[in-house]
Amino acid sequence: MDLADGSSLSHLRWLEAESIHILREGAAQFARPVLLYSIGKDSSVLLHLARKAFYPAPLPFPLLHIDTTYEYPEILEFRDWYARQIGARLVVYSNQQAVRQGANPYDLGTARCCQLLRTQALVQALREGGYDAAFGGARRDEERSRAKERVFSLRDRNGHWDPKTQRPELWSIYNGRVDPGESMRIFPLSNWTEADVWRYIELENIPVVPLYFARPREVVNRNGTLILLESGVRLLPGEEPERVMCRLRTLGCTPCSGAIRSEADTVAKIIAELREFRRSERENRVIDHDQDGSMELKKREGYF
Amino acid sequence: MSATAGVSARPLPLAHFLKKPGERSLLRVSTAGSVDDGKSTLIGRLLHDTRSVYEDQLDAVRKSPVNRAGGALDLSLLTDGLRAEREQGITIDVAYRHFSTPRRTFILADTPGHEQYTPNMATGASTADVAVILVDARKGLLEQSRRHAFIAALLGVRELIVAVNKMDLVGYSREVFERIAADLRALEPKMRGARLSFVPVSALEGDNVVERSARMPWYEGPPLLEQLEQAEPERETVAAPFRFPVQYVIRPEDGFRGFAGRIVSGRIRPGDPVVELPSGRRTRVARIVTFDGDLEEAAAPMSVTLVLEDEIDVSRGSMLAAAAAPPQFSRRMEAHTVWMSAELLDPGRTYLLRHGPHEVQARALAVRHAVDITTLGPRPASTLGWSEIGLVLWETARPLAFDLYTEVRDNGAFIVIDPQTNRTIAAGMIEAAAEDPYAARRASPQPFRASRLTPAERALRSGHTGALILADVHSAAAQGLERRLFEHGADVVLLERPVAPLEPLLAAGLLVIAPRSSVCAGFPVLALPPQEQESESEALVEAAMAELQNQGILTDRDQFNAGEGI
Repeated sequence: MDLADGSSLSHLRWLEAESIHILREGAAQFARPVLLYSIGKDSSVLLHLARKAFYPAPLPFPLLHIDTTYEYPEILEFRDWYARQIGARLVVYSNQQAVRQGANPYDLGTARCCQLLRTQALVQALREGGYDAAFGGARRDEERSRAKERVFSLRDRNGHWDPKTQRPELWSIYNGRVDPGESMRIFPLSNWTEADVWRYIELENIPVVPLYFARPREVVNRNGTLILLESGVRLLPGEEPERVMCRLRTLGCTPCSGAIRSEADTVAKIIAELREFRRSERENRVIDHDQDGSMELKKREGYF
Repeated sequence: MSATAGVSARPLPLAHFLKKPGERSLLRVSTAGSVDDGKSTLIGRLLHDTRSVYEDQLDAVRKSPVNRAGGALDLSLLTDGLRAEREQGITIDVAYRHFSTPRRTFILADTPGHEQYTPNMATGASTADVAVILVDARKGLLEQSRRHAFIAALLGVRELIVAVNKMDLVGYSREVFERIAADLRALEPKMRGARLSFVPVSALEGDNVVERSARMPWYEGPPLLEQLEQAEPERETVAAPFRFPVQYVIRPEDGFRGFAGRIVSGRIRPGDPVVELPSGRRTRVARIVTFDGDLEEAAAPMSVTLVLEDEIDVSRGSMLAAAAAPPQFSRRMEAHTVWMSAELLDPGRTYLLRHGPHEVQARALAVRHAVDITTLGPRPASTLGWSEIGLVLWETARPLAFDLYTEVRDNGAFIVIDPQTNRTIAAGMIEAAAEDPYAARRASPQPFRASRLTPAERALRSGHTGALILADVHSAAAQGLERRLFEHGADVVLLERPVAPLEPLLAAGLLVIAPRSSVCAGFPVLALPPQEQESESEALVEAAMAELQNQGILTDRDQFNAGEGI
């Protein structure tokens, strides 16, 4: 990596170059790729990198948003604005059957609700769209089972992941060969950390959803998790709303994402705040802690 | 959008992409060791002691029903991510971990130690700058550690740090440590030039991992983390010639035509001459296009899009390379091959070989030898099985534009795919180009088109076309052939050592007698049979002359003169 005069690419530029390489490999090796756009910070970075990878041509694949119907209004607004802004094709999918049957985390529990509205919705959307590859913004530093995942990660005909039959992945050579019905999940941000993502957002001036920035918000403290009330989350018996200066560290569904108390209202302040964190970003997602190894179980079934 | 889309007023300098003074550098590390020598615990210790673990992740470990450490905290649980791993207490797959110190960020590939997981070990080492080899102080140097050290060295890792772990269980004994170090030192000549260093540690107790241990005052070297911070791996990718495998053709509907890829080695500026392979056509780089604007220079490992001065046929799998130093171009290559399939390597089968973005059918023509993992020397073999390593002669359906693995790592590497199962079943590191018997049949390449002299004109004057004659150059037969051709009036040279590239000499119409390891593309190649006895040399020379005439390489000048008399 070092240049002849002893200098070398900055870490962020190195990550950028690697991600662009992966995005181009995915686009070249698959007939119908799609980019999973959750509107969160990671997929915002991913989308920005995709624009770089194919410049000056438009994106050679559409964006797919899995709308669980428990989305923050700001997210939907941002999604539609940004897709228009960059001229991207946007596909939105919800598990209509589950929605009609009234799937919600209160009655079903978070594990079952997530399975229906996220995992199953995603598997259905990929199947119905005929997509043979899906780019996702997952990072290996997020969670223990993610740390084991390949950049090109094979899914069987049911969209399932089998950690024991992963293909060896050497150098930067990616084996994207799949049989009909199988598909590939591709993770261009595998080697990024949460801090890298924020530093890159700062470096490149990438727009992100305002929910990431601190301001006073109506919340309810539910088992130690601060749930935002502004998006129509119902109060449970005995709960009292309060007004707290806070922000979201990760985005999820409205009833299941916890805010953190924070004064960070700019990207620079978020980066400074990250250095002080002693707790991981996924901690505030109720769904990751349903059971031991719950992320691995979700992934096996087809969740990102 | 126009054909000049994105041309910024002033091209961006390379400095825009470089590390600022004082910015942390990245080091990629792989770890390897045998079963139970405490690798996951060591990594857990590195993460924990560099404060790279969040409180809630530690809580999850504290709450875990599994605890194999016997102490307060089983640090191995921080890395063993899969349920089966935590239940069985082993590491199944490569896990990538991040941690950082004020000096460096690290991406660490934690690879399993069991014999059956050797492919994962190779996977981790394939992108590593430094490998940490773990040895259990109680058990000494086992075959697994030897294998791992060798694989890391074979995969081009230049720095091997041997961490002798569990020193707490051998009473922090200097003798034990030094015996293990001496055992490994003895294998250093087989480690392909990789540097070995040693550090005694206890991952469980934290001795010499991050902090220097007071319990081993006899050890004067730095603790493991400090060694990792100080490692300065050689990286020759930018000094090597320009290589750019084309991944993707970018063609919006406005006449713009750019070739997207990641620079594998070297650097490039607009105006630099490049050669396209397989066509051999030369052109120059017109623009280096990026989303951020045009660049005045780009270097490995940047991802860019190149616009060329001439409209030449370039597609995914093409290689753009420095015109003055093109890569090897051949259908045959000898490669160290790590076999990763339970099914034996089958020389009768057609496999798929993927070299960068270039995928091509391939066969294994011969296994030259397998590597004996005990002695690390060659042993005879006709096939390779699961986890075995050997030197294999591969032949591809179309020629590859490659470099030797030791020279340009990413352009000397390939994977082999089973076309039936789509699985990646082998990894190859090219050691040498092999003679390509088909080279003569291909049309002469055109990398030297600046010249206005045609090969026919040259042949008319010299009485022959360019050809490569492989020989033992110090034999009487080779030297006799040189003199015989000279007396015949031919333009002949005898090279003492292999010279690359040979193509310019051959395109100039020379007959080149060169060592047997020489390669060329696009010109006839003959091999002078080995000379067994002194007395044979004359017969060999005459046979070679006859063969050169047979193949139409030597032409009879009188024939032309008697004709139209140009």
